[in-house]
Amino acid sequence: MLHTLQNPLNDELQTMQPSRRAFLKATAATGAGLVVGFAFAQSGVTPAHAAKTADDLFNPFVKIMPDNTVTVIVKHLDKGQGTATGLATLVADELDASVEQVRVEFAPSDPEVYKNLLFGVQGTGGSTAIANSFMQYREAGAAARAMLVDAAAEDWAVPAAEITVANGLVSHASGKSAPFGDLVAAARGRTAPESVTLKSPEDWVYIGKSFPRVDVPEKSRGAAGMFGMDVQSEDMVVAVLARPPKFGAAPKSFDASQAKKVRGVIDVVSIPQGVAVIAQSTWPAIKARDLLTVEWDDTDAESRSTEEIFAEHRRLAGEPGLVAHAHGDAAAGLEKAAKVVEAVFEFPFLAHAPMEPLDVTIRFDGDSATVWTGSQLQTMDHNVAAAILGLPMDKVEIVTLWAGGSFGRRAIYNAHYVAEAATLAKAWGKSQPIKIVWTREDDIKGGYYRPLAVHKVRAGIGEDGSILGWHHRAAGKSIMIGTPFEQFAVKDGVDHVSVEGLEDATYAIDGFQVEVHNTNTQVPVLWWRSVGHTHTAYAVETMIDKLAREAGRDPVEYRQMLLKDDPRKLGVLNLVAENADWGKPLEDGRYRGVAVHKSFNSYVAQIAEISMADGQVKVEKVWCAVDCGVPVNPDNIVAQMEGGIGFGLGAILRNEVTLTGGEVDQGNFDTYEPLRMTDMPDVEVSIVPSTEAPTGAGEPGTPPIGPAVANAIFAATGEHPTILPFSKRGLI
Amino acid sequence: MITFTVNGEERRVDVDPDTPLLWVIRDELQLTGTKFGCGAALCGACTVHLDGEPTRACVIPIEAVEGLSVTTIEAIDGKAANAIRAAWEELQVPQCGYCQSGQIMSAASLLDGNPKPTDDDIVDFMDGNVCRCASYVRIRKAIHRAAELMEA
Repeated sequence: MLHTLQNPLNDELQTMQPSRRAFLKATAATGAGLVVGFAFAQSGVTPAHAAKTADDLFNPFVKIMPDNTVTVIVKHLDKGQGTATGLATLVADELDASVEQVRVEFAPSDPEVYKNLLFGVQGTGGSTAIANSFMQYREAGAAARAMLVDAAAEDWAVPAAEITVANGLVSHASGKSAPFGDLVAAARGRTAPESVTLKSPEDWVYIGKSFPRVDVPEKSRGAAGMFGMDVQSEDMVVAVLARPPKFGAAPKSFDASQAKKVRGVIDVVSIPQGVAVIAQSTWPAIKARDLLTVEWDDTDAESRSTEEIFAEHRRLAGEPGLVAHAHGDAAAGLEKAAKVVEAVFEFPFLAHAPMEPLDVTIRFDGDSATVWTGSQLQTMDHNVAAAILGLPMDKVEIVTLWAGGSFGRRAIYNAHYVAEAATLAKAWGKSQPIKIVWTREDDIKGGYYRPLAVHKVRAGIGEDGSILGWHHRAAGKSIMIGTPFEQFAVKDGVDHVSVEGLEDATYAIDGFQVEVHNTNTQVPVLWWRSVGHTHTAYAVETMIDKLAREAGRDPVEYRQMLLKDDPRKLGVLNLVAENADWGKPLEDGRYRGVAVHKSFNSYVAQIAEISMADGQVKVEKVWCAVDCGVPVNPDNIVAQMEGGIGFGLGAILRNEVTLTGGEVDQGNFDTYEPLRMTDMPDVEVSIVPSTEAPTGAGEPGTPPIGPAVANAIFAATGEHPTILPFSKRGLI
Repeated sequence: MITFTVNGEERRVDVDPDTPLLWVIRDELQLTGTKFGCGAALCGACTVHLDGEPTRACVIPIEAVEGLSVTTIEAIDGKAANAIRAAWEELQVPQCGYCQSGQIMSAASLLDGNPKPTDDDIVDFMDGNVCRCASYVRIRKAIHRAAELMEA
């Protein structure tokens, strides 16, 4: 039986089936190792890399070598979310490998073999890495195991069914046994099984239990050479660019006379994206870049201040928009409501600000190119680099490296920073590798922000507290419109990402209408850890608390009443309430708030306990319950909840990107101040046991923390902060 | 030409005197464990030990390092450093890991001077080290754990 999970997979996962059922194919590895994977029956496409690397990589999810190492080929980017370990866990479990023998390696760019089965292209995002790989990587591990078993059976002249595999050792009751490495030669070239039997959940040795992170030992020793920023080579040069201070501007002219005096500067090159200083190393490039004088053509640039942009959003929020969702009659419900509450929410632009600023290294010799970076959408980076360089795809190699965070920043629909590198490499025309380094200021001022948004909400309840009408209008720039991903999310002009987590709210609402306005600005916007949920969860969950108060109900009990038809949401809500002992008397000066939200098919509820002294908020403790289906690596899920809470909390407390006359006001961690240890609450995470197909963990921890804290402030003061971040209200 | 000691070895570098120690370590000496995060002593990713003291390498010009001794993550050793690394692995602290070299350099300094730190001691000492993955809960626990390991 191929599907060991009893519960039906959700709709999105169902769409994976054609690929998942693709034939397991013989692995005619020509090298020393045994390589197992899938040939996609429909595609008939030979991996671009196959020809040149066939010696050690042919059909690649699992590679087993005579030295007894098992290398899991990771098709996703690992930017800290633990995906490399997750995929290794899946393979190791079905293969019955030992923890010690497992290695990981990032896959090359190949939009067929290594595509994200939910995207159709290679890429990581939307908390889909484990969801789309769960069957694929387990099947790869099981197929490799079957081939090792067959080889041993033949060698030992015993029935395959009598052979067992555990912890990297293949054994038979006769006393014969062999580590994987000893069987590689015999297993190589065998025909992989047409189908494999996956383990039943009760037989899992790592899934749902524990598999230590494959990257932690190295990351506990400095991770030298691990990241894109660490790429070094003898003849490499470093480029730092002066980019336009206003979005949509371009260089008109420049004076590099001072810059060229800096020792170590090799060249100054102007490209449409900016003016690049190319130097022998990083510091001269930074120093000389800052000495450039550039005149910019601002003709098409955004020249407004954020206050003006907000004013437009506020105006639009007051006018009818495109209907994203409607059921019942919201207007009639509001009309007959006993009590109506209204709120206007304002959410700022947010920068991702990963610890590793953007960087990419490119080598282009006119005939071929290599790009080294923490590539998150390999297919986009690959296509764009090839197009700009005028090379066929198979002449461009994308080398994915570990990324020092991303939070969405490296998943770029237009591959802008790779495009910039390719443009520069072509313009410069030398074959030395160029590493483009973004400084922290370049990163924070560089755009691709969480969109600024304004929500205007009216909701009304009956005497019994039931929600009779809810009218909700959100104005913000669409992330998806105009990108290659538009078809996934945009229908009739509505970008459903702008209202995800809102239009699909599962609270019992008689009349519900959600409208959107797609606003225009040259400021580029991007998905930021949990995307639309970053603002929709805040608006919905704080509104629910307002309604609970109007109804005279406890916030947890009110949610329980309204979520009767959403058992999984109810499940996490009940669990977190129990763990936090919700309702118990609190110390003086302590207040609590709750929020529950579904994002990326995972359910998370959080209770935040704050202290308030002299009007200043400090988040002391957060309880979190998560249901993300089968918890493949529970400790990593806990880590992602802790991190998701911290990431969301930092933004809610004090982060905003503002523009004055079109120019970004913030630049470094003094003006865009990240969450620090002193701000980090204790976090207690519980995972709901589940046999549902696994869903995401990287993002779903983020949406509930803002409203949970806001609801605690509401409990303390009777008011919600509606203009974010909280620092604007003097709360911190 | 500036002469200083890195990880016990005397090094001479020929760079402009205003070049930050960070870029000398990373680009000239090719020791890439010390990370670039902000360039302004705001995040701690570049923390090294300068004559034993935790120091942000991104704002120290190399001319100020003449004759001094620098230890980077690649060579940090001793009871506290080893306990920290063991605790980091045991509690699975790193996520993206980019800040962790700086975190470990700071944490090792903390335990060198204060082998039994309280929560407040840890927050005070570590607050300059930013982790955008927010691995702070585990960093704090791992420092306590390392203190235990040192005692054992």
